[in-house]
Amino acid sequence: MSPLKIKKGATSHSAYNLRPNFSDEPETHTIAVLVENEPGVLARVIGLFSGRGYNIESLTVAEVDHTGHLSRITLVTTGTPQVIEQIKAQLGRIVPVHDVHDLTVEGPSVERELALLKVAGQGEKRVEALRLADIFRANVVDSTLESFVFEITGTPDKIDAFAELMRPLGLQEVARTGVAALLRGKE
Amino acid sequence: MTRQMTGAKMVVQALKDQGVDVVFGYPGGAVLPIYDEIFQQNDIRHILVRHEQGAVHAAEGYARSTGKPGVVLVTSGPGATNAVTGLTDALLDSIPIVVLTGQVPTFMIGSDAFQEADTVGITRPCTKHNWLVKETGNLAATIHEAFHVATSGRPGPVLVDIPKDVQFATDHYSAPAPARSHYQPQVKGDMETITEVVEAIEKAERPVFYTGGGVINSGPAASQLLRELVQATGFPITSTLMGLGAYPASGDKWIGMLGMHGLYEANMAMHGCDLMINIGARFDDRITGRIDAFSPNSKKAHIDIDPSSINKVIRVDFPIVGDVAHVLEDMLKVWKARGRKTNSESVARWWKQIEEWKTVNCLAYQPSSGKIRPQHALARLEALTKEHDRYITTEVGQHQMWAAQYLGFEDPNRLMTSGGLGTMGYGFPASVGVQMAHPDSLVINVAGEASWLMNMQEMGTAVQYRLPVKQFILNNERLGMVRQWQELLHGERYSHSWSEALPDFVKLAEAFGAKGIICDNEADLDDAIMEMITYDGPVIFDCLVEKHENCFPMIPSGKAHNEMLLGEANTQGVIDAKGSVLV
Ligand SMILES: Cc1cc2nc3c(=O)[nH]c(=O)nc-3n(C[C@H](O)[C@H](O)[C@H](O)COP(=O)(O)OP(=O)(O)OC[C@H]3O[C@@H](n4cnc5c(N)ncnc54)[C@H](O)[C@@H]3O)c2cc1C
Ligand SMILES: Cc1ncc(C[n+]2csc(CCOP(=O)(O)OP(=O)(O)O)c2C)c(N)n1
Repeated sequence: MSPLKIKKGATSHSAYNLRPNFSDEPETHTIAVLVENEPGVLARVIGLFSGRGYNIESLTVAEVDHTGHLSRITLVTTGTPQVIEQIKAQLGRIVPVHDVHDLTVEGPSVERELALLKVAGQGEKRVEALRLADIFRANVVDSTLESFVFEITGTPDKIDAFAELMRPLGLQEVARTGVAALLRGKE
Repeated sequence: MTRQMTGAKMVVQALKDQGVDVVFGYPGGAVLPIYDEIFQQNDIRHILVRHEQGAVHAAEGYARSTGKPGVVLVTSGPGATNAVTGLTDALLDSIPIVVLTGQVPTFMIGSDAFQEADTVGITRPCTKHNWLVKETGNLAATIHEAFHVATSGRPGPVLVDIPKDVQFATDHYSAPAPARSHYQPQVKGDMETITEVVEAIEKAERPVFYTGGGVINSGPAASQLLRELVQATGFPITSTLMGLGAYPASGDKWIGMLGMHGLYEANMAMHGCDLMINIGARFDDRITGRIDAFSPNSKKAHIDIDPSSINKVIRVDFPIVGDVAHVLEDMLKVWKARGRKTNSESVARWWKQIEEWKTVNCLAYQPSSGKIRPQHALARLEALTKEHDRYITTEVGQHQMWAAQYLGFEDPNRLMTSGGLGTMGYGFPASVGVQMAHPDSLVINVAGEASWLMNMQEMGTAVQYRLPVKQFILNNERLGMVRQWQELLHGERYSHSWSEALPDFVKLAEAFGAKGIICDNEADLDDAIMEMITYDGPVIFDCLVEKHENCFPMIPSGKAHNEMLLGEANTQGVIDAKGSVLV
C-alpha cells in the first residue's frame, strides 16, 4: 500500500494513510491533535466523537505553546482501521485544528498517565499496600492512620494493574489524568 | 490601514470589503445597531425575508447560482434558531454562506437573558465553523476569516455571533488579509496518483466518469476542464443530482443522472464499469445503494478536496486530495504528454452496450389519461423554456426527481436543489435568492404543493422586491414521495400522506398581489406555461397533475444498481409489472 500523499502544513494533515489495508479488527490508537487554543475547540472535538458515534477512551488537553496559542489534545480511541482513518480525517477538517498525529502509526511513542489512588485499611493490608506501592514506584502523597493516597505515573496498563492489586486492599477512590503521549526521538 | 469605528459599522464595512452586494435578513433587538448602519448606506442591498429559514435558503440560492458566498443577517434567539435548518442544508450541500447573528450583550451571556440562545453551541454541528466575537477589536478580522473559511477548501456555512455591546463599542477596523489564516486547504493533487489514474484511463475497457457537486464548487474552470477531458477521452459521463450541468445534458457523452432515481443506463454503467473516475462526488447512499454490491469489478479513482470524503463509504484505489480544476488540469497535461491514448476499441464496445441499455427508454411514461402527467408537464416546461437564460430551483419530493430527469442542464450553477438534507421549503426562498443575483433571468421553482407551503410566506418578499420568480407547482394533493414509498414498501397504507384543505393557489397569489394560474388539462398546458413565462412579475402556477403517479426508475433502499425498478414505464417487456425487480 502506498503511503499517504497529503502535504504537511496544509490543513489536511500528515497522519492519513489514504490507501490503508482495512480489516474489521478493532484497534486502539493514540492520537495527538494540535489545536488553536480558542473557546469551544474542545467541544468541537468531543462533539465530533459523539455526533459520529466514535469512542473516546481517554482525553487530555492543555495549552502547550502560550505564545503560539496552541493546545494539545491527546486522545485514545478504538475502532476498525477504516473508522480510525475517518476519525483522523474528520479531526483534520475542524478549522482550528493545526495538526493530527496518529502516534500509534507514526510511533514508537511514549505514553504516560498519572493517577491518584486512595486506599484505606489497617494491619496486614496496609503493609501489603505499601509494599506493592514500592514495587510500582508509587509515592505516598497523603497518609492518615487509616489511609494512604498514592501517586503513580506510568502507562495506562501499569496503572490498571496497580489499581487491580489495590482493590482487595481497600481501594476507595481513583482519579486519573488520561494519557499524555509523545513520539520518541527527535522532532 | 486601520480606522476607528463602531462594531456595527465594522460589520457593514467588512461586508463591503468582501464584495457583498446583497444581504438577506430579518431584524430584531440584538442586531438593531447593524440595521441602523445598513439604513445609512447604499452599497449593500438588504432583502427583508419573511422567515429566517427563508433568508438562509435565499442566500444558498444566491451562492449556488453565482459562485459567491451568500450573506444572512438575523437577530439573537429565535432569529438564530430559525436559521438552523438552512445552515444544516448548506453544510450537507457544501454551499458557502456567512450568517451573522446578534447576541445578547457579553455581560448578560449565560443569564437566560431575553432572546438569549447558545447560538454557537446550537450551530456548532451544523456549520463548517462558527465564532462568538467578544471584543470589537476582533470583529472585522473574524468576519474576514469567516468569508475565507466559507469559501476555501470544501465550501460550507459559517456563523459569526455578535453581542450587542460589541456592536456599539468602538475600535480599530482591520482590512481583509487572508494570508493571515492558518486555514489553507490543499488544492494540488498528488502527481504520482494522477499519473496512475492516467495509466488506468489508457487501459480501461469500460470506463465511466462519475461527477458531482464538487465540480460545481470548484468553479467554471472545472466544468470547462471536465468537458475537455470527457470529449478527448470519449468516455461516458454520469453525474449526481448536485453535479448536473457541469457537463451539458446535450453533450454526446452524457448518459444521464445516476442513483436512486437515476437513469437505467447510468446505473448499469456504474455497475458494470472497470474504471470509475469519481470527480467531486461523495458516494452518497442515494448513489451507492447496497455497498457490498456497488460496482463490484471496477478500479476506482476519487478526486475530492476533503480527505474525510475519501474512503468514508467506498474504498478507492486511486485517492486524490485536491481541487477538481487543479487536478483535472494536471490530469489532462499528463494524459496529453503521454500521447492521448485510450483503449478505443474496447471503449467502442462499451458504448455499444450502453446504447443497448438506452433502448430500455427508462424515462418513458404513460400518455395522459385526462389528467396531466407530471413528467409531461416538465417535458413541456423544458421545451418552452430551454432557450431562455434559465435558472431552476426545486423543492423536495417526486417533482424534484422529475425535474432532474426531464429538464436539461447545459451549464453549471443552473440547478439549485436541496440534495443532502432534502429540505422541503428550500426551493421557493432559493428562487428568491437566485432572482436577486440574476434579475433579468427566468427563475423557476419546480415545486410540490406540500413543500411549497412550508415557506410560502416568502411570497411577500417576492412581491415587495418585484422578483418575477415563477412557482411551478406540480399539485398532486399528496406528499407524493412519501405516498410512493408507502405504496411500494408499506402495503399501500397511505398514513398521513395527503393534504386536505389546500389553498386556492390562484386566490393565494392574488392575495399577495401576484399572479395565479391554474391548469388542469394537457390541451391548455403550453399556453398556460407561456403565460407564466411572459408575465412580468411573480407567478404561482397551480398545475393539477395525476395524483398517484410514481417516480421511476427507482432503486429501492438497500438494493444494488442492477436491481432497479423500472415500473409502469418499461417498454421492453423485460420487466412486465410495477414492482418487478431487474436482475
Ligand atoms: C428525494 C431525494 C432523492 C434523491 N435521489 C438522488 C438520485 O437519484 N441521484 C442523485 O445523484 N442524488 C439524489 N439525491 C441527492 C443526494 O441525496 C445527494 O445530495 C447527492 O447525491 C450528493 O451529490 P454529490 O455526491 O455530488 O455530493 P455533494 O454533496 O455535492 O458533495 C460534493 C463533494 O465534492 C467535494 N468538493 C467540494 N468542493 C470541491 C472542490 N473544489 N474540488 C474537489 N472536491 C470538492 C466535497 O468535499 C464533497 O465530497 C436525492 C435527494 C433527495 C432529497
Ligand atoms: C422538512 C421536511 N419534512 C419532511 C420531509 C419528508 N418528505 C420528503 S418528500 C415529502 C413529500 C413532498 O411532497 P410535495 O412537496 O407535495 O412533493 P411531491 O413528492 O408530491 O412531488 C416529504 C414529506 C422532508 N423531506 N422535509
